[in-house]
Amino acid sequence: MNWSRKWINPVLDKEFRLRMRTPRSSISLLAYILVLGLIALGFIYITLYLGNQGNQSFNSGAGRMMFYVLSFAQLVLIAFMAPALTAGVISGEREKQTLSMLLTTQQSSSTIILSKLFSSLSFMTLIIVATMPIYSIVFLYGGISLKQMIFIFLFYLFVMLLLGSLGVLFSTLFKRTMVAVIVTYGVALCIFLLTGLLYLFIMSIVQRSYYSMPSTATTYSFVGYILGLNPAGALISLFEPSFSKQAFMLRNGNLNSNAPIQLWQEFVLVYSVVIIASLWISIRRIRPVARRKSKDQDNQAPALETSASDHS
Amino acid sequence: MIDIQHLSKRYGNFDALKDINLYIPEGTVFGFVGPNGAGKSTTMSILATLMLPTSGIAKVDGFDVTQHPKEVRKRIGYMPDFFGVYDQLKTTEYLHFYGASYNIPRGEREKLIPQLLELVNLSDKSDVYVDSLSRGMKQRLCLARCLIHDPKVLILDEPASGLDPRARIEMREILKELKQMGKTIIISSHILPELAEMVDEIGVIEHGQMVAQGRVADIQSRLRVKKVLHVRAMEREEELAARLQDEAMVSAVLSDNTGIHVHFGGGDLEQVQLLQKIISWGYAVISFHEAQTNLEDVFLEITKGGPAV
Repeated sequence: MNWSRKWINPVLDKEFRLRMRTPRSSISLLAYILVLGLIALGFIYITLYLGNQGNQSFNSGAGRMMFYVLSFAQLVLIAFMAPALTAGVISGEREKQTLSMLLTTQQSSSTIILSKLFSSLSFMTLIIVATMPIYSIVFLYGGISLKQMIFIFLFYLFVMLLLGSLGVLFSTLFKRTMVAVIVTYGVALCIFLLTGLLYLFIMSIVQRSYYSMPSTATTYSFVGYILGLNPAGALISLFEPSFSKQAFMLRNGNLNSNAPIQLWQEFVLVYSVVIIASLWISIRRIRPVARRKSKDQDNQAPALETSASDHS
Repeated sequence: MIDIQHLSKRYGNFDALKDINLYIPEGTVFGFVGPNGAGKSTTMSILATLMLPTSGIAKVDGFDVTQHPKEVRKRIGYMPDFFGVYDQLKTTEYLHFYGASYNIPRGEREKLIPQLLELVNLSDKSDVYVDSLSRGMKQRLCLARCLIHDPKVLILDEPASGLDPRARIEMREILKELKQMGKTIIISSHILPELAEMVDEIGVIEHGQMVAQGRVADIQSRLRVKKVLHVRAMEREEELAARLQDEAMVSAVLSDNTGIHVHFGGGDLEQVQLLQKIISWGYAVISFHEAQTNLEDVFLEITKGGPAV
């Protein structure tokens, strides 16, 4: 009991209760697994019965292929799910007119924001973990190591954290949940689609100018960094480390030199900054902050806090 | 307990509050009166640390709301004019949540919550979902929520809005109890006339400015330059009304099916003489009395400057 009280603060406790008491949660869990399961079964069907030879067996190569397909499908599903789950956490309370009462309690702004985010992430993690049995089909055929799978799941967690933080940010900034959801989806679309398209577009321009120039130019180009901002690009680089090299390369040339950075590393680095920034802004903006004499406040706050805890 | 000095709040070009000054001593029940949009809720939001003033100072128990909001929050129980509840929680869970949010240990909450439910007459609803409570019950539950950390100050924004008469009376009884407990209460309400007996002071706010402020009796007597006399006669009321119109101290006469309302400028002596005159005219007077001016009349008098009828 003691440890749980330490880790589960009142806001988190309330969020967990509320989320798991609605039928929506179990329905969305069911729908999610159903969609992913159908994709998996559909893939097996296509490979086994509609293959070129007609009698192709489901081997480890196909197993790996299926893993890729599932992983991408999961990534897309996360992109759809995360904004819907997080973009209403603050604005929803505002619309239900419960936020003002929550803000007059002793809970700090960071507790409120982080607990809201954490409870949404927990639910998403539950869904992701619930899809593991589908992944186990892949293990029947082999071709994928456990380590790879763990990395992929950690990557999912990171993407959920990223989209979740953005959702919480827009939920804090916009009064209406609808607006927050739309803006979050918009930003998610930019991250998923725009970066990919931008990569292809700029890559084609750079490649054209590369071939028109003398061959003394470098083999690697900055263009690869753009792909590092794309979750799909980062995901592929997790499957195949050599993919990062290809992303930076303008033409098939010197395969011995390494990529300046693995795409997924860049992805994690860049978006960690985005996550921290959006959470910081959310925490600052959920309550009005006194700008005047803020130095004075900082000096006195710790002293007051200790006296407060003495009382309780 | 509450000290507001030169408080102003601006939204763009609109002045929601203009230079409000207010001091409310400990244990006082302060009634906030004013039309919608006058600035009552804005003032209360600032006191509840939900909004920053554009200029001026607001202090609760010596703590500035902008500099030490956390200390202020510890001392206030705030009930907004419109509020929602978490539908999927049960009544006790709802109170446990807020109790925990005020860092009250679980053991203490276990003892406290039944007492609070008792206070707001919801003991029999302790195990039902908040969703299933009626509006009046939710309002009372919200009041219990305000009290969970035993705040010194209660800021109640329209606690009786949307309640039926029965629920209003229950709310009033609870507020009386809270007053006896020595809480400082700021209350803005439509039912202020009903609350007249328990409100110590009122402040009338209009267009973001304090128009009048002080003890209820003082304000009432200050405004009662003009009395309203209520006269009922056995017969020929219209004729009597016409004759009263010509009397020296009478400024206006209105008659309806409840009788004649005479706006009278004289004192007690003139009032006696008027009654004698009516009787000498030969009218059979059923009743002749000074109409009670209640807080609502006072409010109308101050904000509109019109006659209090």
